[in-house]
Amino acid sequence: MNEEIEETDLTADERELLAELTAEDAANALSVSGDARRQFLKQMSVAGGAVLAAQMLDAPTIFALSNEAAVYQAAGTENALKVVMKINGAEKSLSVDSRMTLLDALRERLALTGSKKGCDHGQCGACTVIVDGQRVLSCLTLAATCEGKSVTTVEGLAKGDDLHQMQAAFIKHDGFQCGYCTPGQICSAVALMNEAKNGEASYVTADVRSKARALQLSDDEIRERMSGNICRCGAYPNIVAAIREVHSGRDVAQTWQFAGDGSQAIFDVKEQTQKESATDATV
Amino acid sequence: MRPFKYSRASTTSSATQMLTTNRSAQFLAGGTNILDLMKEDVERPTELVDITRLNLTQVKKISDGANKGGVSIGALGKNTDTANHPLVRQNYPLLTQAILAGASQQIRNMATNGGNLNQRTRCSYFYDVAMPCNKREPGTGCGALEGINRMHALFGWSEQCVAVHPSDMCVALVALDAVVKVRGINGQERSIPFADYHRLPGDTPQKDNTLVQGELITAIELPKNNFADKSYYLKVRDRASYAFALVSAAAALEVDGNRIKQARLAMGGVSHKPWRAMEAEKFLVGKEATEASFKEAAEAEMRGARPLEHNKFKVELGTRAIVRAMTQAMNGGKNA
Amino acid sequence: MTKYLGKEMSRVDGAAKVTGAAKYAAEFQVNNLAHGFLVMSTVAKGRITAIDTKEAEQQTGVIRVFTHLNAPKLAFAAAKTIDPLAPPDGQPFHALTGDKIYFSNQPIALVVAETYEGARYASRLVKVSYQEEKPVTDIENSGAKAYAAKSSDPPAIAEQKINPRGDASRAFRSAPVKIEAEYTIPIEHHNPIEPLASIALWQNGKLVIFDKTQAVMTLRNYLAAAFGIAATDVSVVSPFVGGAFGNSLRPNQTPALAAMAARELKRPVKLVLTRRQSFTTSGYRPATWQKVSLGADNKGKLSAIIHENITNTSSYEDYSENTVSVARMTYACPNVSLDYKVAKTDLPTPSSMRAPGAVSKMFALESAMDELAYKLKIDPIELRLINYAETEPDSGKPWSSKELREAYRQAAEKFGWSKRNPEPRSMRDGNLLVGWGMATAIWGAFQMPSSIRMTLKSDGTALVQSAASDIGPGTYTVITMIAAEYLGLPMEKVKFELGLSDFPTAPHQGGSWTTASVGSAAVGAAKEIQKKLLELANKDANSPFKNATAEQLQFDNGKVFLKNNPAQTLSYSEILRGNNLSEIVETYESKPSPEREKYGTATHGAQFAEVKVDPDLGTVRVTRIVEATACGKVMNLKTSHSQEMGGAVWGIGMALHEATEIDHRYGRMVNASLADYHVPVNADVHDIETDFVEEEDKIVNELGVKGMGEVGMIGIPAAIANAVFHATGRRIRDLPITPDKLL
Repeated sequence: MNEEIEETDLTADERELLAELTAEDAANALSVSGDARRQFLKQMSVAGGAVLAAQMLDAPTIFALSNEAAVYQAAGTENALKVVMKINGAEKSLSVDSRMTLLDALRERLALTGSKKGCDHGQCGACTVIVDGQRVLSCLTLAATCEGKSVTTVEGLAKGDDLHQMQAAFIKHDGFQCGYCTPGQICSAVALMNEAKNGEASYVTADVRSKARALQLSDDEIRERMSGNICRCGAYPNIVAAIREVHSGRDVAQTWQFAGDGSQAIFDVKEQTQKESATDATV
Repeated sequence: MRPFKYSRASTTSSATQMLTTNRSAQFLAGGTNILDLMKEDVERPTELVDITRLNLTQVKKISDGANKGGVSIGALGKNTDTANHPLVRQNYPLLTQAILAGASQQIRNMATNGGNLNQRTRCSYFYDVAMPCNKREPGTGCGALEGINRMHALFGWSEQCVAVHPSDMCVALVALDAVVKVRGINGQERSIPFADYHRLPGDTPQKDNTLVQGELITAIELPKNNFADKSYYLKVRDRASYAFALVSAAAALEVDGNRIKQARLAMGGVSHKPWRAMEAEKFLVGKEATEASFKEAAEAEMRGARPLEHNKFKVELGTRAIVRAMTQAMNGGKNA
Repeated sequence: MTKYLGKEMSRVDGAAKVTGAAKYAAEFQVNNLAHGFLVMSTVAKGRITAIDTKEAEQQTGVIRVFTHLNAPKLAFAAAKTIDPLAPPDGQPFHALTGDKIYFSNQPIALVVAETYEGARYASRLVKVSYQEEKPVTDIENSGAKAYAAKSSDPPAIAEQKINPRGDASRAFRSAPVKIEAEYTIPIEHHNPIEPLASIALWQNGKLVIFDKTQAVMTLRNYLAAAFGIAATDVSVVSPFVGGAFGNSLRPNQTPALAAMAARELKRPVKLVLTRRQSFTTSGYRPATWQKVSLGADNKGKLSAIIHENITNTSSYEDYSENTVSVARMTYACPNVSLDYKVAKTDLPTPSSMRAPGAVSKMFALESAMDELAYKLKIDPIELRLINYAETEPDSGKPWSSKELREAYRQAAEKFGWSKRNPEPRSMRDGNLLVGWGMATAIWGAFQMPSSIRMTLKSDGTALVQSAASDIGPGTYTVITMIAAEYLGLPMEKVKFELGLSDFPTAPHQGGSWTTASVGSAAVGAAKEIQKKLLELANKDANSPFKNATAEQLQFDNGKVFLKNNPAQTLSYSEILRGNNLSEIVETYESKPSPEREKYGTATHGAQFAEVKVDPDLGTVRVTRIVEATACGKVMNLKTSHSQEMGGAVWGIGMALHEATEIDHRYGRMVNASLADYHVPVNADVHDIETDFVEEEDKIVNELGVKGMGEVGMIGIPAAIANAVFHATGRRIRDLPITPDKLL
């Protein structure tokens, strides 16, 4: 366990609170291997409120009705096909309607509802999953085409109770509000780390002719490459901060402290203003 | 989405055969457009033939034939892989930029090169089965002609259809004089110059291109050229990313000092097909590569524009986009 | 010194959201589920003359097709009175209750099948014939017949409206400096990423409904009335909502349809709408025409504000959004008149969409103020300070708190406003034109009656429950913080549950009032529990707290102790176990304090935007936004920054991107998709700084909370439009500011 990671990853307020945990709780929080912050956050979440929705409502009569294992083969399937694919490391065999998308197979047949249906037409990115290492849209992927493929959904990112570092960074930077686009954002961001490592170009890459090598992405690069995932709550700056932190491996300050820190930008503008006359514009 | 049979083709000949046997079967490659349209009940194939496992994904140098020294890209290569292939990045950066201007990373990871050519218009009237559309349902009229047509065509439209081709990639391909390699029903192959691949709507807007049922694109060939040092793809859109073009411009120049030896220019978002700006190209040959020349060339091209009620701005925007793309091309095609 | 309040706390539901464990409406796993899919009208006005469902019903797996001909009649008339947001005039639309077509893309049949794929396909096979009439869907044409509507604002907001002040038209006529301009805003759609969805199941005459809603209690009572059953026989379950922004305040069509089908078919039914269907089933921000006339003296002192406003409504309900008459609350001006009319259109009824009314009005007012500043050659901030409302301008009542002046100062300083050259087109970044603009934001500071139940258990944990919603602002977290703070428990020992109508009643999540309302209930309940703990402790003759006054005691970390002698301590567990109790339960209802009536209450913001405009291509990038918000006490800094940031992003969308286009020939929305209706993507959003100017406000409530969900966006569209003017010299009064308007 790395104390330094823990120190830098926690907010000042959370650090203080961690210190205040009773000895017993603290021992608990820190005894688990892995990143202490993720553990702490998870513990805060589990204890402090509604984490796993399935266990969150204490109204037993209602939850008795909502059966996690209600996965069944529906009647009324047309042109049924058998598909075997690996989902989050486990082989799954399904009989699907030829019309069934991977997204609906995950959500309706495998109870993997982490992948979200936002538009169902490839226009929002909420359904993003990783297939054979590439991020793709599960709403425009037929389940039938996934034969023999390996699918990773948001449910497959954490290792047991240990959150994936991208998941932890999203919590730290508050990279979401309602949470609905979040699984797609996170799957996208996880895949993006590899794309950067492979030196893939984007529309805003300065020189696409330059040889592909591992990239350190600028914020503008992250923004462009994450533009296929719409966040209607508008958490974009926080999403960028979370990705930048995981990508750079360095602690990143909270984004809301940035814009006004733009004295640099202001002075740039001023210099430009002094240098240029504004008479030749064509607007 | 209507019920359909899902089949998987194991060879190109069986693939073409399957589409000949069942005339209402269609190929399934990346699926990013056809599934979208099937959900809207716009496309109604009774069978989808999955061709994604065919071995048509290579990007390679062409060693003989008319395009010797050029590069061939497989029809089933993914847009992302094509854009990032070293041969493409180095020799056809215009194509890399154009591909990366389109859609999102997720979609580019799914979409294939051949599929990109065959994607259908994003005209809202085409997409909404409650609306009239001659492309979707010949004889019902063109909803956009006197409807909301801000995103629609300037060039080559007919009373039957004013839709535009949505691709960015194809704009670069037509500028680069690409050739579409097609395998026919009986195994015969043919080569279609890119400018002839897509159609203008005329009286048969339901037909986007010149393929016949059962034909399969196997590769797209890019002839060798001297444009790699000076090319640029500019896309102007309503938001900064993940949006279709208001207009786009693919510009490529070969210069001798500051004198233009050859120019290639194509536009997106302005026509039923990727629009090769021949008037502008003709004008530019032999001229000095200055903003004034670019502007004059753009204006020459735009004289042929026939704007609709809501897209008049595209004439001016298109002119400025051409000048900017040409200027950026002269600057080495790099982003600031 | 607080332990949690005012700190930066990560969301308690964060892990659930980043792992995919959080369950939204359509995601509950229910056995024997049937899938519904709606059939929508293809015409905008008229009647259904025939509807043929035969072919659809013959398809494999299709269970039934419901239409107005065979759907059982529900008691919707009784249900109307339950919806607090139903406009006073008119009747709400209920799908499948008649043959009349009110708008295009109207739900007219419900196909239920064994599979989603089967239901979707069969929906295409339902054949409908219409007797068609010509629709009117534009306010240009319907505006001439616009009329005044009774306000549909909830009472808390409506009561703030009073009659005209002074004689604005006379003052305007005689003003030495005048601004008169018209502003238009198109229809906009909420487009939360989660679509409308319901799963309904009946068991022994009781209805359980998993629904996307911002108002579990309203929906419970509404469904109970519609189905003629006791409210206690309906459970609305909505623990997570994937964004809503107002589109799920009123009961939507899906829950009643799913419940109806489930009851008829005697099996659970799930109904999820497509994106296109969502465009006509959950309202929208209405199309707005405004005219603002400002009269001022040569020094900038306002003498007249005349604000005229027309918005569209449906043909069947008079939706108005006179929400917070901001024009009159913002500036000290002796003569103000407001005119608000609605125009009937053959479209669905609009609905509250983030900052309803206010953001539209402030776009017009704050654009006009910028125009006035330019006309007078006065700095825009200075002009606002000249007209600063020191007291609530209508009533003259003092403000409960108002740190707007400090907000202007702080935001201006952070933004670097003093370096601004006011001359349009004077600032550059390379080839790009740079523009700086600002605007004021204002919203009410509302609180609604709200209840909460707290259960303190002998193991030292607490369970807190309220029928509130969390559509994203962080209600789970902030109520957990407040409960922990006031109970004196570590946060991880407190579990807060919401989104279930079986819990004590709470208001719908709107108006930026949840924390003030539910939080105040949490404070009240916690204090009662402390009182009970003390009583229980003092039952023991040896209690160390016998003679202690409240001030001498402290409740912290699960223990009661004497401040001056912390060794004298008893844990809550010890107290409960000592009394043989396994738990203490307290249900508490909080109400807004009557003291509020003596004051004007509002939240304010100073909002600054920097744009960079490509002078050739007309593309606008919002490169910086700085906001300073004065909204009372901030409970959770982390989620509060996010709220304001989200508001700013909404402002960017409204200013630059968002517009629902209608082909008026057909009365049909043509860009009903997320590809064609543009909301901002990541690349559209750059640096956003959100700061708070804290206000000590003990008038509004003990927590000092005034609300912040709305105010963060309210000035942004105007600030951006003003920045675009500064950059280009072009005043765009017609949103959105797309490249074509700047060529």
